[in-house]
Amino acid sequence: MTGQKSDAEVNTTDGARNRRVTGIGRVLIAVYGLLALAATGRSFVQIAESFADAPLSYSLSALAAVIYIVATVALVRSGRGWYRVAWVTIGFELLGVLVIGALSLVEPDLFQHKTVWSVFGRGYGFVPLVLPLLGMWWLARRAPGRA
Amino acid sequence: MIEWFAWAQIAVAVLAGLLCTGLGLFGRRPTDLSMGATALVELLLLAQLVVAIAAPFTGNNPSGSVLEFYTYLISAILLPVGAATWALIERSRWSTVILGGACLAVAVMLYRMLQIWTVQGL
Repeated sequence: MTGQKSDAEVNTTDGARNRRVTGIGRVLIAVYGLLALAATGRSFVQIAESFADAPLSYSLSALAAVIYIVATVALVRSGRGWYRVAWVTIGFELLGVLVIGALSLVEPDLFQHKTVWSVFGRGYGFVPLVLPLLGMWWLARRAPGRA
Repeated sequence: MIEWFAWAQIAVAVLAGLLCTGLGLFGRRPTDLSMGATALVELLLLAQLVVAIAAPFTGNNPSGSVLEFYTYLISAILLPVGAATWALIERSRWSTVILGGACLAVAVMLYRMLQIWTVQGL
């Protein structure tokens, strides 16, 4: 056992599982949900108002929003399949924020319009950069089969 | 938006956010205090919705994107509802922290909405 005290246990509706999810896990899920909401809202406004201005950036924004939504769901659900989905989506986001972040600094002309990953997520308090790292750390700790 | 009202809302949301986060980190489960504070933030948001819809009729128009403003507002309205639902399903100290997080996020969104209404697009 990890020896960590946690007064919280997940109450799943089917009652079949009684996994202990730590507080960090809950905060992680909440922040991912918030980021998913923010990214979706931002993407919606961008595409509705001015898609023609920067179709590449805005399509990327939309993709990022979808990935964040899937990541949030994957973090909530249990099971090996969702665990893998969580790794893939979070990994993709980390890659995205690093690549797009770097590109937006090196080639600013390509990314005139703000996306959630521009300048490493600066427009969102760098949460898009830190969150995947935290997510991966958390996932690694609760690999299925580990105590 | 009415500036003084927006600032008052932001202040309430920040206070509620700090209160709930603090309560949660000190191990308190959701109570009438934390849920009540969150409910107050939500109530003010709904009042803000009414103000925003009515304002253009009194000549108070947003300077920036109306779509962006309402996207923020609707998202903000959903946040305390989501957090409170979470807190009702699972009454733990972390649900209280999440109530606080939702209130703080609402504060940030209100600030953005104020910018969109008053200075964006000028």
